[in-house]
Amino acid sequence: MSAPTSSLRSRPAPEAPGARAAAPRPLRRRPWVRYTLRAGSLLAALGLWQSLTALDVNLWLRFAQFPSATDVVREFADRLGTGAYWQDLTDSLSRILTGFALAAVLGVAVGTAIARSPLVSDLLGPVLEVCRPIPAIALVPVAILMFPSNEQGIVFITFTAAFFPVMVSTRHAVRALAPVWEEAVLTMGGGRGRVLVSVVLPGALPGILGGLSVGIGVSWICVISAEMISGAYGVGYRTWQDYTIVDYPGVFVGMTTIGVLGWLTSTAVELAGRRLTRWLPRTETTGRPAPARKEAATP
Amino acid sequence: MSTSDVTTTAAAPTAEAAPPGVRLRLADTALGRPGAPVLHGLDLEVAPGDILTVVGPSGCGKSTLLRTLAGLLPALGGRVTQDGTPITRPHADRALIFQEDALLPWRTLRANVELPLAIRGVPRAERRGRAEAWLERVGLAEHSGRLPHRVSGGQRQRAQLARALVGEPRAVLMDEPFGALDAQTRAGMQRLLVEVLQGTRATVVFVTHDVDEALFLGDRVALLGGAEGGGRVLDIPHPRERAAHDAAATVALRRQVLESLGM
Ligand SMILES: Nc1ncnc2c1ncn2[C@@H]1O[C@H](COP(=O)(O)OP(=O)(O)OP(=O)(O)O)[C@@H](O)[C@H]1O
Ligand SMILES: [Mg+2]
Repeated sequence: MSAPTSSLRSRPAPEAPGARAAAPRPLRRRPWVRYTLRAGSLLAALGLWQSLTALDVNLWLRFAQFPSATDVVREFADRLGTGAYWQDLTDSLSRILTGFALAAVLGVAVGTAIARSPLVSDLLGPVLEVCRPIPAIALVPVAILMFPSNEQGIVFITFTAAFFPVMVSTRHAVRALAPVWEEAVLTMGGGRGRVLVSVVLPGALPGILGGLSVGIGVSWICVISAEMISGAYGVGYRTWQDYTIVDYPGVFVGMTTIGVLGWLTSTAVELAGRRLTRWLPRTETTGRPAPARKEAATP
Repeated sequence: MSTSDVTTTAAAPTAEAAPPGVRLRLADTALGRPGAPVLHGLDLEVAPGDILTVVGPSGCGKSTLLRTLAGLLPALGGRVTQDGTPITRPHADRALIFQEDALLPWRTLRANVELPLAIRGVPRAERRGRAEAWLERVGLAEHSGRLPHRVSGGQRQRAQLARALVGEPRAVLMDEPFGALDAQTRAGMQRLLVEVLQGTRATVVFVTHDVDEALFLGDRVALLGGAEGGGRVLDIPHPRERAAHDAAATVALRRQVLESLGM
């Protein structure tokens, strides 16, 4: 470090070496600490559950009838060995992935069209705004009436659930685009198609991804509910079956399965999103550690 | 437009036989947004290959003029033409360098500079070479793979310059393109611009706040929104040639411009 040349400079100088020496450590330790914290919080929740049920706690909330964590783990291990478990799991997954994929494509297309075209906005806007507040699960009767099979009905409900968040966030993101990007492409001789591909879709992508994240979550809620009501097979169907035959550990296995699958799919969406929007300027404190810049940025 | 000779060495993209500049003309035009005109009765002509510099106080309508010439903003009245044909929409013939940062933030500098060529359907390998050559000319060779928010404001301006010139437009409309540059880099960019334009013979309308820059670059200088506040245009014939020969003439010219601006 060079000698300070003025009194103004000499002030931050003594702090800087300390900050610099300290900087690498939290950087290396932080992910480690964070994973420990995460695992710890999960284990603590399990431990609480286990002790509440083992002690048959009955303080207004009653845990006497509750299956214990170990019961559920045992049941889980049993089910993992059965073909039915995996069949249910793939049934639910294929329903949600089909519904979600359709919702993603149509949601982005319709949202973009509404944002870009006053005509489309006038034609589709009112219908969509009336349909939007209807909870997707309330469409079960409609689905039963319209579709020849339950399977399609469930996919339809899943689709509807994810469609609206995707469509609405796409619409907002497209409307919020800086006009200068589009004008730049126009002055280069680009037409509508070029503007769509080179400006509108990439520019709206961060907003669209927000909608996709919300959408995949709502999709799970709806696919499980729809399976409970009208399904044949699937995780939701199985969970409800277990409840009707008073197999509480089975119910918990179903719930855990839904939780893990939901978490995996939303993580997949998040990760895909982060890969696609790496161009976004991120604040250095919340983004992935970027040592070179981070050091310079710490005061 | 000639397409057979575009594969000449990437290091000298302007050496080829470029199409000549266009004649831009505004005849008794009113410019501005509907309901909010900013310039009235404006008459202006830029001959092919000429550099017209435009100076005037902030808010007088310089950017409005460029947007109208680009075809992004319809004139409220009068005729705006390119080689006698009315300008109604943007065209790749007339490149616009925006006052604000108009690089696409999700594209690297190179991908930004490639964009006009991609729109025109230039094959990938060739447009990459031409973009790299242009980035090198504006001194950004080692930053070509960076995203716009990872470079400085002046570097972004230079990338915009490269993006505007790479497609060899017949007219270049520049809105304070060197505003964020230090005096030295600015002088370098001015020299580069003059050199490039000697090659391409493109017509240029160059907006600047800097009277000296206006005098150095311009074949003629237009003064918008002078002391009268109207849309008056004062043409000063060939200040650059005079200035080059005669320091006293430059000083006189400078005073004349400043006086016209009410300073
Ligand atoms: N998008 C807009 N909508 C309405 N009025 C606008 C808009 N942009 C600019 N104006 C107005 O038009 C007038 C001219 O603006 P313009 O941008 O052409 O000025 P300018 O000469 O380029 O100024 P500067 O030197 O500050 O860039 C200003 O009074 C401004 O308020
Ligand atoms: Mg302006």
